[in-house]
Amino acid sequence: MLQTPYENDPLMVAERWLRDGRKVAIATVIETWGSAPRPVGSHLVIDVDGNFHGSVSGGCVEGAVISEAVDVIEHGQAKVLDFGVADETAWRVGLSCGGRIRIHVAKLGDA
Amino acid sequence: MRTGDLSALNAARLRREAVLSITRLSDDSSVIFLEGQASPPGLEDSVRLAFRSGKSALVEATGEALFLNVYLPPPRIVVIGAVHISQALAVLSAIAGFDLLIIDPRTAFATPERFVGVDLVADWPEDVLKIRQLDPYTALVAVTHDPKIDDFPLKAALDCGCFYVGALGSRKTHASRVERLRANGVAEDALERISAPIGLDIGAANPAEIAVAILADIIGAFRSRDISSVPETAV
Repeated sequence: MLQTPYENDPLMVAERWLRDGRKVAIATVIETWGSAPRPVGSHLVIDVDGNFHGSVSGGCVEGAVISEAVDVIEHGQAKVLDFGVADETAWRVGLSCGGRIRIHVAKLGDA
Repeated sequence: MRTGDLSALNAARLRREAVLSITRLSDDSSVIFLEGQASPPGLEDSVRLAFRSGKSALVEATGEALFLNVYLPPPRIVVIGAVHISQALAVLSAIAGFDLLIIDPRTAFATPERFVGVDLVADWPEDVLKIRQLDPYTALVAVTHDPKIDDFPLKAALDCGCFYVGALGSRKTHASRVERLRANGVAEDALERISAPIGLDIGAANPAEIAVAILADIIGAFRSRDISSVPETAV
């Protein structure tokens, strides 16, 4: 097999997971303010068991995004999540770098 | 996103084509299309900007919040020369997220045993590059030391606007290389774009360290490249 940058690419992983019949959600950074760890457009893919590939923050908020994603997979309704140090939940999950990010979480695949 | 759209998106990325998805946040519906296909009405400028800058963004259009996610081809490294440095560069570039192609007509060097899992072609660059064309998302690294092999791809890379062009060799070797390329019609500002001696100056002392220096040099060039200088047709 060729060594390619796509081995662990979240969208490639998501396609494989869907073909395997797994239920999958995709989280995408849609907006950032200040110093954000991952650029707009970055993806994290999550399956219903909480397995994941990619990143939306370099580790700061992935845990929270994964649990929201499992909820999105079960209920089908997409969500927009905001994270930042200014947020009242900062004591729980937040960005130590001082930036803010907005993340869109949606179910992948057909219905 | 529907499964068919995800497959089409991934297939385009594997073909090194620029592709874009538009997601309407209110109902999570999405469409994808390739660069050059007609944009949805009212989004022409946003779509053009996204393809050109490579930056994904939220936009407002007809009262709707839309997310444009643009996927440009990943930067690629084309290495001329299946040498010891290239073996290390093949491993490092995969980790750093670059596609990699190695070309060397010398079949003693370009063997699958020396480059397991690497995209390797044992043929002359002038023949290979007709099919595997260079583009502005490509870095060209010439490391054979042999003008018969290196000179053609160096000129081709400068001509097509590769974001990085580097050539291995001492300052003396490079001076004579510059003379040959100049005689071959390469302009002065293009000649100055060649990184030589190749790689960041970190005192690299062996092939693996030189590969690290080259990769760091390539990353620096990619992250500081001037988007506005990329030819309109090439983005």
